[in-house]
Order: sequence, then structure tokens, then C-alpha cells
Amino acid sequence: MTSILGISAFYHDSAASMIIDGEIISAAQEERFSRKKHDSSFPTNAINFVLNFSGLKLSDIDFIVFYEKPFLKFERLLETYVAFAPRGIKSFYKSMPIWLRDKLFQKKIIFNNLREIDNNFKNENKILFSEHHLSHAASAFYPSPFKEAIILTADGVGEWATTTVAIGKGKDLSIKKEIHFPHSLGLLYSAFTYYTGFKVNSGEYKLMGLAPYGDPIYTEKILNNLIDVKEDGSFKLNQNYFDYATGLTMINNKFNNLFGKKSRNPKTDKITKFHMDIAASIQKVTEEIILKLAKSLKDEFKIENLCLAGGVALNCVANGKLLKSNLFKNIWVQPASGDAGGSLGAALAVWHLELNNSREVNINDSMKGSYLGPSYSQDTIEKELIKIGAKFEKFSDKEIIEKTSDFLINGKAIGWFQGRMEFGPRALGCRSILGDPRSDKMQKNLNLKVKYRESFRPFAPSVLREDLNTWFDMNVDSPYMLLVADIISNKKIEMTEKQKKLFGIEKLNIKKSEIPAVTHVDFSARIQTVIKVTNQRYYNLILKFKEKTGCPVLVNTSFNVRGEPIVNSPTDAFNCFMGTELDYLVIENFILEKNKQDLDLKKDYKKEFELD
Amino acid sequence: MSFLKEFIIFLLSRKKYWLFPIILVLVIFGGLIILSQGSAVAPFIYTIF
Repeated sequence: MTSILGISAFYHDSAASMIIDGEIISAAQEERFSRKKHDSSFPTNAINFVLNFSGLKLSDIDFIVFYEKPFLKFERLLETYVAFAPRGIKSFYKSMPIWLRDKLFQKKIIFNNLREIDNNFKNENKILFSEHHLSHAASAFYPSPFKEAIILTADGVGEWATTTVAIGKGKDLSIKKEIHFPHSLGLLYSAFTYYTGFKVNSGEYKLMGLAPYGDPIYTEKILNNLIDVKEDGSFKLNQNYFDYATGLTMINNKFNNLFGKKSRNPKTDKITKFHMDIAASIQKVTEEIILKLAKSLKDEFKIENLCLAGGVALNCVANGKLLKSNLFKNIWVQPASGDAGGSLGAALAVWHLELNNSREVNINDSMKGSYLGPSYSQDTIEKELIKIGAKFEKFSDKEIIEKTSDFLINGKAIGWFQGRMEFGPRALGCRSILGDPRSDKMQKNLNLKVKYRESFRPFAPSVLREDLNTWFDMNVDSPYMLLVADIISNKKIEMTEKQKKLFGIEKLNIKKSEIPAVTHVDFSARIQTVIKVTNQRYYNLILKFKEKTGCPVLVNTSFNVRGEPIVNSPTDAFNCFMGTELDYLVIENFILEKNKQDLDLKKDYKKEFELD
Repeated sequence: MSFLKEFIIFLLSRKKYWLFPIILVLVIFGGLIILSQGSAVAPFIYTIF
């Protein structure tokens, strides 16, 4: 038996993953345990979880692999400072002491942290380092159902690479092309995230969600000034407008002047049509670049399968456009496409590339639906609920499905906690908040009273796989909620001429389809397809809802409030339930009703987490 | 020492010889920062005055 522990840490989204004899066993982000969103600290809790899950001690592990190479990163930093000198002196002065004191000695730091977990861990040579984008590429290719594929990875920056193209065949994976820092699609998108007043490395989803409210009127301005895109999709950013390479901010004044406004201050400035147009423009530019890249890769390598990973692969709108372009027969996106997934990729790269083990393609999802986190037994849950003073009732499997579907039909908001927690940023029906998508008020209600987030943000539908193409304009699997498609035309409610003239957020109140709560302003939806094999209980719930209503769709949003990591334990779930206007909490076979809880246990929950 | 060995192997395999002098200066100043637990120029100021 060979066990490999993958670790990502020290930038954002720390995580740990465990593979045994090449099989993906478990994986989790540190934020779920520490309750700090995007926690970047050493993932001690996540490592403890993956070890305990397999009944292993750290000293039993054969290889431990870190998802990137610190020396290479240091080389990039130094070369960038030299290339831009004297512009980066301020940043140089701030970063060098940190590198010389800590970051350069990451092997030692990792070793010391591991020793704190298990004092018997003594072999420093077991610690390996993978390259950042190789880790991403491996996380996209090895779990995919393809024997052969083109792998495109794009994010902010790893060591040097910001975008890479790799070819995977059997067990082999080789990187063919790279675009290097400071030219980065991820950093370009993040620059606009910052400009529109959202948090970098976190608010990119919001920018994507805002885009359909605007018109892409700044597209030419971006393409003429900020980025030079070649026919093959390769690109160069004009560094005169950015500050990230040498400074402490994403953009400079020249960037502000180009668009005629300063960046939005989220505390004082409202989101206006201008910000929506900016969002629409950068989204369009991103889609154009990805489509150009994909087309040139298809022409060059003539392979019909595409795998995606890296933070940019979480842009599900762009993924949806890629799917619709029919450039590739099949597309597979790693559900933990951000840095957390790098821990899994690094472990898989060691197994196949370093140890030369063969690869068997698993067409039934070797990511196991991405349900790779902790689960809790009925006994543990019961004890935990009693300890925190919760009032609950226990029901049979059948009753749970029956009752929950009735709650949903009655317009209630449900906290749904079942099985193993998801790995990656999306809740896929194990740590989810559920609602009835047919309700006109559900989107606004969930956003403002449950999630405490901006009212413009859309919700995603979970749909039974077999009913997918009768509700949505798509007929491929999307188990990880990473593809966007339109509602099918006979379910749409077309806008009147008067409604079409409304702009921006005013369009939010228009009923756009038979399932308005999951229909975005442009009739699109970020779809999760649900099958029985990977999540039987969730499948049964949607099936029951369909039997009673004729609608095989539910609203599915992550079980948390704005700024909070998705809940992990029953206690986290109870805290979130009591801190929000959720009506019911369903944990495995237990149902908690809000009206029956001790009101003293309610808390002002939304102030507990820093807004993102 | 294993760190230094690994780092030199890294620089040699990357053929980035021109980084050696920069790193040498950084290590000297870095060492001084760590030793003085503050500014790198502090030890010189104290010797001069």
C-alpha cells in the first residue's frame, strides 16, 4: 500500500488530500475546520482529518507533497524586481524579510508543522515539491474520464506560469506551453474585481454574477489598452496600467483614468450601471481569450477532450460558452480548481509521474462526486445536538425525504446537511441550503434574509440528470456546478418591451421563467446535475419534489452566510441555522424546526464574519 | 546546511548564475536583519556613533 498526502498552503485556500494506491480517498480545505474563509495557514486540521479518515499516522505515509516550488517562486520574485527596478523598491523592502526569514525555508516549516502533528515523523526526505501548474493540470487530468486530453490551466500566478497547456495520455502528462508572469488572465480578472470594489481572490464570482446586468461597452477599451490578445489566444498585459508586479495594489491611477472613475469603495459607493458594464466587458474579454485559446489548441493537437483547472476554470460562464462552441466533444472541470485542488493534483502527480504507476480511467467519477470531506454518524450528531441545546426529532429515511419535500413546497428555506462534505468551493447537496425554485420571492429572500449577501447574486439549480434537457439548453453532465447554460425556451417568460427598458438590478424583480429563483437576468443558470450513484439521498429528495410538483429542480446554495466558510460539523450547521432565517435544519435523519428552538441560542450571526 | 545545498543545486540546475551575487547581498542583509531584529542598517549606525 502506498499512501500520498498532498498539501497546499501559505497563499490562500490551504488544503490536504489523501490518495492510497492511486485512489482518491479524502480531501478537505482548512477553512472548513478553522472557520476562517480562504484560510492560508498550514492545514493541520485538514491533515488530521485525512489521516484519521484512513486510520493512518503521519509516520505511516509514504510521500508528502507540497503543491508548488518555493525556490522557483523566489526566483520569479527576484527576477521581477530586477526587471522592473527601481519601481518595485517598496514591495521589495516589504517582501524580502518575509522570504528570508520564513518562506524560503518552507521545507523546514512544513517539516516542523508535520512534527507537531506526529512526533514520530522523522524523515524530511519524504517531503516532495510539485510545480504549481503541474499540480493543477494533474488535478484536472487524472480524475477525468478521458484516456487522452488537452489540459488548460489558468490562474493568477504559480511560480512563473499563469497559463499552461499540457497533454495527458494514459499515465503521462507533459506541459507543452506556458504563459509567464506578469501576463496573467487570472490577475487581469482580479484587477477588475478590485476595481469594482470586491475582494481579490474571493469576489471574482460576484463580478461574474454582476456581468449579465451590464452591457459590454468597455470591451474595445480593454482590448486596445490593457491586453494584447493574439489570434492563438496568447496574450500580454500592458504593465503601465497595473501595479501588482512591483507594488502593493492591483492597479494604478492610469487604470482609473482609462475608465474615468476611481475604484469603487465597497463601504461608501453603491454598485451602479458603470460597474455592471465594466463586469460585462471583462467577462466578455475573458470568454474571448478562453475561446481563442481553446480553438488554437484543438487545431494544433487535434484531441477531442479538454480538461480545465486553475482559478479561471471556476468561471463557469466562460466554461458554458466553451461547451456551447462545440470545439471539444467532452469537457471536464476539476471541482476544486483553485489552489485547494493543487494538493490533490500534487499527490496524483507523484503517484503517476514520480512513481510511474499506470492509470485506469474511471468513467464513474473518481472524484466521488467531490464528496471527499468528513461525515458524521447519527450517534455523533445526536450527542452534539444534545450538547448544544438543540431541539430535534428523529425520522426514518423515507420520512426525511417526505417531510423535507413538503417543507420546500411550502416555501421554506432548508439547511440540508448529509453525508460527506464537499471538496472545492461549491456545495453539491451535502452542505447546502435548499429552496423551491418556482417561488418568485426565493432569490431575494435567500440573499437578504438567509445568506446576508448582495441581492443581485444568482442561485444555482440542482436538477435530476435525466430531466436536464427538458429544462435547460444542455445535455452533458455537470455534477460540480461548473457549467452555465440557458433555461430552455418553453420554460422562459419573455420580458415585455417595458421590462426590457429597465436597467441593471431593476430587472431582478421580473419573473423570468417557471423557475425564477434559479434563472439569472440573462436566462442563464449554473447547473448541477444530480445522479443516484454519487448522492442517493439528494437524488431521492429532488425526485420526491418532482413527483409532488412536476419540477425536478431545487435551489441549491452553499450552507453558510456571506464571508463564512461552508459549514462542516453539526455544530457549525446549528450555529448558521440559529443565526439566519432558515426555517428547518435537516441533519442526516434529524429535523430541527426553528420555531421550536430556544430563542436564547439565537445570535447576531452576520457580524461574526468579515464581509468578502 | 541542507537548505544551502538544495538552494545551490537549484540555482545550478536553473542556470541562473547571475542571481548568485543578488542572493549573496540579500543573505548578508537578511542575516543582519535577523540578528538585529530590526533595520539592516542599525548595526552600522551603532558602530559609527
